[in-house]
Amino acid sequence: MSGAPTAQLPPVAQYALRLGDDALILAQRLGEWAANAPELEEDVALTNIALDLLGQARVLLTHAGKIEAAGRTEDDFAFLRDERDFVNVQLVEQPNGDFAQTIARQLFFAAYQGLLYERLADSADPTIAGVAGKAIKEVDYHEDHAAGWTRRLGDGTEESHRRMQAGVDRLWPYVDELFLTDQLEQELVAEGIAVDGSTLRKEWHKRVSSVLEEATLAAPESSWIAPGGGRRGVHTEAFGYLLAEMQHLHRSHQGARW
Amino acid sequence: MTDRRQWPLWEVFVRSKRGLSHNHVGSLHAADAPMALRMARDVYTRRQEGISIWVVPAASITASSPDEKDPFFEPAGDKVYRHPTFYELPEGVEHL
Repeated sequence: MSGAPTAQLPPVAQYALRLGDDALILAQRLGEWAANAPELEEDVALTNIALDLLGQARVLLTHAGKIEAAGRTEDDFAFLRDERDFVNVQLVEQPNGDFAQTIARQLFFAAYQGLLYERLADSADPTIAGVAGKAIKEVDYHEDHAAGWTRRLGDGTEESHRRMQAGVDRLWPYVDELFLTDQLEQELVAEGIAVDGSTLRKEWHKRVSSVLEEATLAAPESSWIAPGGGRRGVHTEAFGYLLAEMQHLHRSHQGARW
Repeated sequence: MTDRRQWPLWEVFVRSKRGLSHNHVGSLHAADAPMALRMARDVYTRRQEGISIWVVPAASITASSPDEKDPFFEPAGDKVYRHPTFYELPEGVEHL
């Protein structure tokens, strides 16, 4: 069932979808590396991370369905919503690019998700607090993995440095959106359920800057900032293609299962 | 290490939660030891197989040669007296 537009769901359900969509869409992107990573071992590493994220997404999407109380399951949310009803940040939908670009995206997102989950572990919503509390350790590893590669590539050969810097430059404009807050979030902050994203900005820059510095990379001084809007269902061109690939099997064969 | 086309090989040993020793579980390619540890974590412990990992450069392992199998191992084959099976157990000793 396709159900009501995301913007008409109860606030907590919308918030659960924001968190869940971030994880789901990044998992789908990382899954594209299966059998394509530079090394077999890295293939397993990236898809492990994808499965961690997918696990988080499943609980959060199911939670949104329970709050909505209209019978929608995790699959309904993942496979039967259209583009405008997905509320992930635009960073996670950005194409993989080369390996360095994927690592830059991982570093940026894992640093954000780690800070967010640390705070959400105390959320007044027990399911969100539970997912966050359990996932902190997973995300710590994701950040460690990305930071390790950022240092290796940034402080590696001339070519790896060039590519890593290009990855950072390419994705930097999508960082700003991570820290934008809105009325829905503020209402839930007041209830002790959500975290005000803008309060994570400073710590995020501290963490990421130190990795970039060790990697002999530079954060772009002045750069175009993407207009954002992912939380309102506004997405970049690449997102439609991602959804088509993710959803076509389920939509062509309703109720298909493994 | 000089071959830039392929990372060196590492042998991976994992100790399971209830295990007393690290057991050899397989091998993998990695650029250096920290990377080998992380990759071993991803490749060999993703289904809760262990709580401790050792990685060892495969090149550092000195192995007995299959050609030496007979002189190395065959002489032990008929020395049953080397097994501790010739003692009489005192009454009441269990689990020995």
